Amino acid sequence: MRRIRFWGTRGSLPVALTAAKVREKLRAALRGASGRVFASDVEIDAYLDSLRFPVSGTYGGHTSCVEIETGGSEYVLCDLGSGVRPFGQAAIARHGAASSQTYHVFMSHVHWDHIMGLPFFTPAYIPGNRICIYGSHAGLEAALRRQQDQPSFPVDFSIFRASIEFVHLEPGKPYDIAGMSVTTKLQKHGGDSYGYRFESNGRTVIYSTDSEHKLTDPEETQAFVAFFRDADVVIFDAMYSLADAISIKADWGHSSNVVGVELCQMAGARHLCLFHHEPASDDEAIEGALVEARRLEEITRTGAPLRVSAAYDGLEIEI
Amino acid sequence: MQFSSRRFADVVVASPVGRIDHANAGLFEEALLPLLAQSNIDKVVVLLDFAGVEYISSVGLRVLMAAVKQAGAHESRIAIACLQPIVAEIFGISRFDRILDLYPSVPDALARFSAPALEAFNAVKDRSAT
Repeated sequence: MRRIRFWGTRGSLPVALTAAKVREKLRAALRGASGRVFASDVEIDAYLDSLRFPVSGTYGGHTSCVEIETGGSEYVLCDLGSGVRPFGQAAIARHGAASSQTYHVFMSHVHWDHIMGLPFFTPAYIPGNRICIYGSHAGLEAALRRQQDQPSFPVDFSIFRASIEFVHLEPGKPYDIAGMSVTTKLQKHGGDSYGYRFESNGRTVIYSTDSEHKLTDPEETQAFVAFFRDADVVIFDAMYSLADAISIKADWGHSSNVVGVELCQMAGARHLCLFHHEPASDDEAIEGALVEARRLEEITRTGAPLRVSAAYDGLEIEI
Repeated sequence: MQFSSRRFADVVVASPVGRIDHANAGLFEEALLPLLAQSNIDKVVVLLDFAGVEYISSVGLRVLMAAVKQAGAHESRIAIACLQPIVAEIFGISRFDRILDLYPSVPDALARFSAPALEAFNAVKDRSAT
């Protein structure tokens, strides 16, 4: 595994920046640039790079879709949220529509935000492409077909011209797929969700979204610690604050930045990536959760430092 | 983690000491919830003196949430005083500072809840000082 590329990082519902929010960012950037003279785009870029991310960028955006670059010729994706649309366009732009590709897609679960991108995934309409969809839910294929039934969507699943295969993965059993060892784990979420542990060439990536961790049952906690053990990157559902996750949003099936730090510290993971952002959170709120998670890691650190980042659409993490 | 408590008029001041983490949050819960149940019957406020708490994990915070809910259900009250700086930061990061009734010190909290409790607390303090 070489790299993780995020195409969709938002939970529940895609989110777009409003004109008012863009204006706020412009105002802050222009205020900071007051009196400066930029002789070239390089200087402008250097200035933009010096700004805080909530001013110069945005966390976006699309719902869950994460690409893992394996170094092989086949694509690997986690989930089919709305982020799979720009991913598909980028893949076609790279290879051309006539070049057949293989896509391995690992599904955490079939809630709408994790499947809504498939009808807009152009490679699925192109003959010659092969799409293997893996998951541990018995109803995976039915859920994907149903979302394209009338009257929900005008184009039936049967219109797809790519070869589409569904592969059931038994939780806890390692599978050899796309040059990686892939293991799933049952997670606490309405209708169940599954986390993924991807291992290849001594590198490990965890994709664990839509998962509530109460950490009150030591056996269950240790099972997740073992699943996350020594991971290079843990992509983690940090949708709510801890207080919300265990009060008004208890049993909603999501977790927090605080629990992400705790689990990763216990597991000896190296990099925690906050993911599945709450749609009501603006860029400043997500940045705040990131800053606080980093501070928590710092004040509770007992071993090697844990790097903490927050995923945004377009983020790339070298593994 | 150690836990002790003492009643001052209509307030019970409970003092956990040490780390409230994944290993011993259960002990904290076992000590706190019965105290809270009794306070519901006696109609007294429970004040947690956190001066001796060095760290609290999410599981420990979950115990506090259960305590707040239990108190709310019985129209009784729980509050916390004297957070160490690290613990205060954890409360802020987890947003528990928005849920819990926090005070800078035990006398500050007692002054808010009950004059007789503050008087009893100060009397004990004065006796220990002499």
